[in-house]
Amino acid sequence: MPRTHVNCTVNGDEVDFLSADDTSLLNALRDELGLIGAKEGCGTGDCGTCTILVDGRVNCACLMFAPEAEGTTITTVEGIAQGDRLHPLQQAFLEGAALQCGVCTPGFLVAAKALLDKNSDPTETEIRYALAGNLCRCTGYDKIIRAVQEAAVEVNGAPK
Amino acid sequence: MTVTENPRTTEHPRTYKYVGTRPVRHDGLDKVTGKARFAADLDMTGQLRGAFVRSPHAHARIVSIDTSRAEAMPGVKAVVTGDDFAELDPTHPEFDTAVNLMARTESLYSGHVVAAVAAVTASQAAAAAAAVEVEYEPLPAVLTIDEAIAEGAPIANPTNRTLFSGDTEPSNLASVNEFGRGDVEAGFEAADIVIEREFRTVAVHQGYIEPHACVADCGQDGKATIWASSQGHFAVRAKTAAALGWSTDRIKVIPAEIGGGFGGKTTIYLEPVAVLLSQKAARPVKIVMSREEVLRATGPAPATKITAKIGATNDGEITTLQSTMHFDNGSTKGFSALTGAMSVASYKLPNLQLKAIGTVTNTARSAAYRAPSAPQAAFAVETLIDELAQRLDMDPIDIRLQNAVVEGDATAMGAPHPKIGFVETLEAIKNSEHYNSPVPQGAGRGVATGFWFNIGEQSSATVNLNEDGTATVITGSPDIGGSRASMALMAAEELGLAVDRITPVVADTESVGFTDITEGSRATFATGMAVVNACRELIEELKQRAATIKGVDVAEVDWVDGAAVIEGQDPLTIPEITAKAKNSGGPLTATASLNAAGAGPSFAVHVADVAVDEETGQTTILRYTAAQDAGTAIHPSYVEGQIQGGSVQGIGWALNEEYIYDPDGVMENASFLDYRMPVASDLPMIDAIIVEVPNPSHPYGVRGVGETGIVPPIPTLANAIAAATGVRMTSLPMSPPRLLAAISENAGG
Repeated sequence: MPRTHVNCTVNGDEVDFLSADDTSLLNALRDELGLIGAKEGCGTGDCGTCTILVDGRVNCACLMFAPEAEGTTITTVEGIAQGDRLHPLQQAFLEGAALQCGVCTPGFLVAAKALLDKNSDPTETEIRYALAGNLCRCTGYDKIIRAVQEAAVEVNGAPK
Repeated sequence: MTVTENPRTTEHPRTYKYVGTRPVRHDGLDKVTGKARFAADLDMTGQLRGAFVRSPHAHARIVSIDTSRAEAMPGVKAVVTGDDFAELDPTHPEFDTAVNLMARTESLYSGHVVAAVAAVTASQAAAAAAAVEVEYEPLPAVLTIDEAIAEGAPIANPTNRTLFSGDTEPSNLASVNEFGRGDVEAGFEAADIVIEREFRTVAVHQGYIEPHACVADCGQDGKATIWASSQGHFAVRAKTAAALGWSTDRIKVIPAEIGGGFGGKTTIYLEPVAVLLSQKAARPVKIVMSREEVLRATGPAPATKITAKIGATNDGEITTLQSTMHFDNGSTKGFSALTGAMSVASYKLPNLQLKAIGTVTNTARSAAYRAPSAPQAAFAVETLIDELAQRLDMDPIDIRLQNAVVEGDATAMGAPHPKIGFVETLEAIKNSEHYNSPVPQGAGRGVATGFWFNIGEQSSATVNLNEDGTATVITGSPDIGGSRASMALMAAEELGLAVDRITPVVADTESVGFTDITEGSRATFATGMAVVNACRELIEELKQRAATIKGVDVAEVDWVDGAAVIEGQDPLTIPEITAKAKNSGGPLTATASLNAAGAGPSFAVHVADVAVDEETGQTTILRYTAAQDAGTAIHPSYVEGQIQGGSVQGIGWALNEEYIYDPDGVMENASFLDYRMPVASDLPMIDAIIVEVPNPSHPYGVRGVGETGIVPPIPTLANAIAAATGVRMTSLPMSPPRLLAAISENAGG
């Protein structure tokens, strides 16, 4: 089967890999690059477990073909901490017990980062709608919403 | 959030240093950085990918299976069918599980596995699965409870015999139980008011976000290692061994992180198939289900038809309850009807008659779902009690307080309740800010309660003290919602070690003693008790070591705040003792195992305010508060999480979720787009109130907290909708089109 040579930037690193045309970006991230944080919960773009940022925008990695990543800048959950410093969202999720099984957590963190990158002081309703594409079956969302609120305070309070 | 800060009741005997605090969970960092490995994240050298061939027919005889074309396809290394599996007697306890994961002579539901392939890549495996040629002879299918119990109905599963009946003929009844007390007819005579209704619910799915996945590697020595996502890896071992006809020593199961279970991962679907494919191919085989497969062929909670009739006096005393409950188990027998009837245990009912009937149909085999069968039963009973309160002009909490069970009152089957906190939980809602606030304009307020037994079962734990005085706590209970943190907290309290100096581990089947499934809200209760027992044994050993080190009699050594205290000497801390372990008797380790008795039942009381859009039928939850008796909350954040998560699963069940079958028994909405679970924008905050009436059978008073929270939401919302609209909903889901139709009918009538 012919393969496409794909060049892109993932979590700040320039990477390249060969991909069949029908390989999803999710499978390429997981199988070619070893980035297992994004998961396949449905494969149809309905659960958000594979949420990544492509050029700063929220995407379901399962809905993109890997060759579509050519030339893009991608952020996955593995790329949101700053070295040994967790992103305020990661810290808030930990301290606020905003995860139970944890399988949806990477997707929520990436989707919430996309929200805070655009709007660092969201209302509860704005958070709920920004995360409406991400399914969590364990928490009832309460602690996730509160953790995003906590992280927003931290983001706003942090020195620029 | 109105979480009460340490709301310990007056009888609470102790305050704790670590128990009841909220440390960051030990496995948290891996889960917020993407490093945690769930089963689908594991890959082995030389691994193949497996794929299933599934029957499109709800009921069919398998005439023949031709695998030759598939076997010749690129990359294909192995194909298995029912012929490759051990033949089990239908009376074997794992017979239904084994047949469910690989059909033998009949397809029992649409989606039933009839063959599986392993190939080098996932797409090769999928292509080969599509090339397996199966000839079916369609048979008459039975799809609903009404069809199953109809006179002259076709037999859905010829191996089914009715449990508890002694019948030897095939039947569509999975189980029949009848029990009760007193004289229900006399109870109705004594009643001033009698209400009777029929309730219907449809199948719903547990909806865990992680699809089932495993990797199996069978060696040339005939032994297999399985990496599995499950609620109990010892059960994976036992069920796999049974399905293959192997002895358990040939199978090692290593638990992966589990991405949600809610009861649905207490059984198995993949592992024996993966082992056989691996054995045939002599390479590791990984199988990952698609979401469509998960919805079609795993899990659903039973559909039900429940008639219930209740009687009460004008002053609110419930005199009698009579109910016939049909629960559909899907394609095999099961206990769902029995646990549904047994969950009617919240009120003093002098006269009670319960008939529990399980049915078998040609739909996916049902699995446990969080407080299995209690939500459907509560829908009926709690709706009728709400109507009683309404008709008698009584407060819905007061009528429940008047009839609430207390210690010593009878459960459904007659055994007395142990110490319980139902009254305290009712009072927590009655006294809550929410319940005492005015109902918003145009909205309706509903209240309902829930009960769940909780169970004990077998657990093992090993506690190792490391050379520097840190500790490792090893158990065999998969952590499905923060239980590792609870184990560490209890060990910290016992040993007097800071919780971050304790590493909790879930070990494989060869590295810790036998442990039953994480079910029945038992992990923190029973496995926690094993951890406490091991710690206490370790403390005795530590005292002995301190005596040896100091050259005194062990009777002179006390254990206080993590140190050995000997009068007139400096205390010896754990690190000081472990540093001298080598010369005082060797490594410090202790193991405990038990079959835990005394699981404490848990009660929950919920209140919701809803607004219903009478033009669209859309229900909006304006406010939701859930109170639950945790006994003692070891890690309050995760207790709240269980309450909140259970509430929202129940909300989804009440308002939107449903299995929709076409006339041929094929599920029509097998995706997360069409099987609509709650998302963040559907919901308000869920205020959790932790009530603590300690369970006297646990060293810290723990009751299970995982399950009860899903029981009240359905009737809570049905009662709130009734208050808002005047319409009593008696079937689920109360989705916009159904609610709109009911409102229109009510207005027309």
